[in-house]
Amino acid sequence: MGEFAQQVINGLSLGSIYALIALGYTMVYGIIQLINFAHGDVYMVGAYVGYFSMTTLRLGFFESLLIAMVICMVLGVVIERVAYKPLRNSTRIAVLITAIGVSLLLEYTMMFFVGAAVRSYPPLPDYLTGSFQVGGVTVGNQQVLIIGVSLLLMAILQLIVRRTRVGRAMRAVSQDADAARLMGINVDNTISFTFALGSALAGAAGVLVGVYYNSINPLMGILPGLKAFVAAVFGGIGLIPGALIGGFFIGGVETFVSAAGQSLYKDAVVFGILIAILIIKPTGLLGRNVKEKV
Amino acid sequence: MKRTATMLAAAAMGLTMLAGCAGGGAAGGGNAAGDTIKVGLNYELSGPVATYGQASVQGIEMAVDEINNGGGVKGKKIELVKYDNKSEPAEATTLASKLTSSDKVLTIIGPATSGAFKAEIPVATRAKVPAVSGSATADDVTVGAQGVQEYAFRTCFNDSFQGTAMAKWAAEKKNAKSALIIKDNSSDYSKGLADNFKKTFTAAGGQIVGEEAYVTNDTDFNAILTRAKGQKFDVIYLPGYYNEAGLIIKQARAQGITAPILGGDGFDSPTLLQLAGASALTDVYFTNHYSSLDKDAKVQKFISDFKAKYNTEPSAFNALGYDTAKFVADAANRASDVNAEGIKTAMADTKDFSGVTGSFSMDANHNPVKTIVVIGMKNGQQSTAEKVAS
Repeated sequence: MGEFAQQVINGLSLGSIYALIALGYTMVYGIIQLINFAHGDVYMVGAYVGYFSMTTLRLGFFESLLIAMVICMVLGVVIERVAYKPLRNSTRIAVLITAIGVSLLLEYTMMFFVGAAVRSYPPLPDYLTGSFQVGGVTVGNQQVLIIGVSLLLMAILQLIVRRTRVGRAMRAVSQDADAARLMGINVDNTISFTFALGSALAGAAGVLVGVYYNSINPLMGILPGLKAFVAAVFGGIGLIPGALIGGFFIGGVETFVSAAGQSLYKDAVVFGILIAILIIKPTGLLGRNVKEKV
Repeated sequence: MKRTATMLAAAAMGLTMLAGCAGGGAAGGGNAAGDTIKVGLNYELSGPVATYGQASVQGIEMAVDEINNGGGVKGKKIELVKYDNKSEPAEATTLASKLTSSDKVLTIIGPATSGAFKAEIPVATRAKVPAVSGSATADDVTVGAQGVQEYAFRTCFNDSFQGTAMAKWAAEKKNAKSALIIKDNSSDYSKGLADNFKKTFTAAGGQIVGEEAYVTNDTDFNAILTRAKGQKFDVIYLPGYYNEAGLIIKQARAQGITAPILGGDGFDSPTLLQLAGASALTDVYFTNHYSSLDKDAKVQKFISDFKAKYNTEPSAFNALGYDTAKFVADAANRASDVNAEGIKTAMADTKDFSGVTGSFSMDANHNPVKTIVVIGMKNGQQSTAEKVAS
């Protein structure tokens, strides 16, 4: 029982990271039907921004988190304006390939500047390194922090999407961009805003991972990015609650595959889920079957 | 993106083969032209195991400076041609071709890791240029399926010895009766150490309670550690590289696992301390080639010279690089003709070479016969060093 509870905590920490990244995937897909493969690398940039803000600028954790979110937000908007906007009316495959190009560009530009070697985050203040016992289960303060910050950011996101004008505009554009434009919504700005939100969450995830695992490198975004993509597909790509459920689900699956002694197969299982979902229910867990109008 | 990487690797390999053929056919081994002895360095200067390569090169450059300032080898200066293989075996192969065919070096030193070194050997053999690694510890590096690799040498002990020595030490000095193994299943090095540890430990009456596995670049080990926590064992054997080992040690200690953690020379990097944190690095032991706590006069002189040059404590990779360069110079000095073939023959005949990582002679399999050191860490610092003979 104790071990099971412990594994649940492990799964939740990992899952909240995936969920944060998956949110960005799903929002972008929801609004322009683009699988933004550069998203995992925005997360990597976030981790490095956090690193430099903690080491060079000697700022604390929360300030660094905020700086990383802001810089990733700007980065996300720039990527959208420079790489995707000119292709708004091109085929979807053209945009997809551009996204892969942007991803490689970010990875190797970062490698050019910081080198390929792994870097570790500076030592953290005591309130972040401690742990406590709850009924035989060891819970690290960092795990509480990761889950807490993630849930808080997700709640803020829900508020923005459900309760604000720009959130309503996002929902309108995702339903029908042309109709939204006729209603006087600035579609371009709304799309940029979506990228900004998603990228900020990815940046936050990057800093959280840096603090939690203490190890960052320029290619760190590839695998978590792909897994977050699986999470988004699992929950139903384009749907925000789906990304949340998917993220926690994939984190849980990965943890329990390892816990069953099959840690070598955890990636295989995750991508096996992707295949299974695409065959059985391509719209994902929460997705509805929408007939495409011709 | 994975696929892109594979395709690039395949393309690089194809090119290498072409280049290799061309080099082998034309050159037949570099010849001593001019008044320098050209030695190629093919090292991991960037990428995941960059600290091994960078540290080895520091040692090599220091040794070569000493040799050149002392008049060189047979009146000729040693000239280094240095390339970065980015910690990729495919890149190491390409660079080996470049070194043998266009730079015409007489010897290649490096790469530091077994996988990359193995990738280089076929190229070196075809070009008939000896290749020496100071830290490629996999058993099959110098001995392939067709017997000993004529042109491959190393100046460090091999994995079976490392695993065996650690198992012996754990059973005798730590009184360990049971052990848990956590290994990197994507690394030959890690699997080799784990196998040999297991063999010797069970032969000594110990019990392996479980084997957990991970792959390189994993960052989350909480699931396997939580599982491990439920088991009873005296020690953990973790034969991995510092990137993952550092994180595993950190996460294990954070979960309250206090058992001694034993490892191999892959722990020897300052990055281990940065990743794990000082407090977690207590009751951690690893087998190594050399210890800065050694009182030997030669070792102490090396340490003070190294500090004077680089302003930091030398690691085992610094020491191995230093010894490897000295070993190459020693062979060149004894060679009847200073060409690739002559140096190779002299290397194979090495007797009682005295270096900072111990004295050794080359055996028939091109492996040095030398001692091993078990280093104990406390609060992130090396606190004990015990020698274990072969």
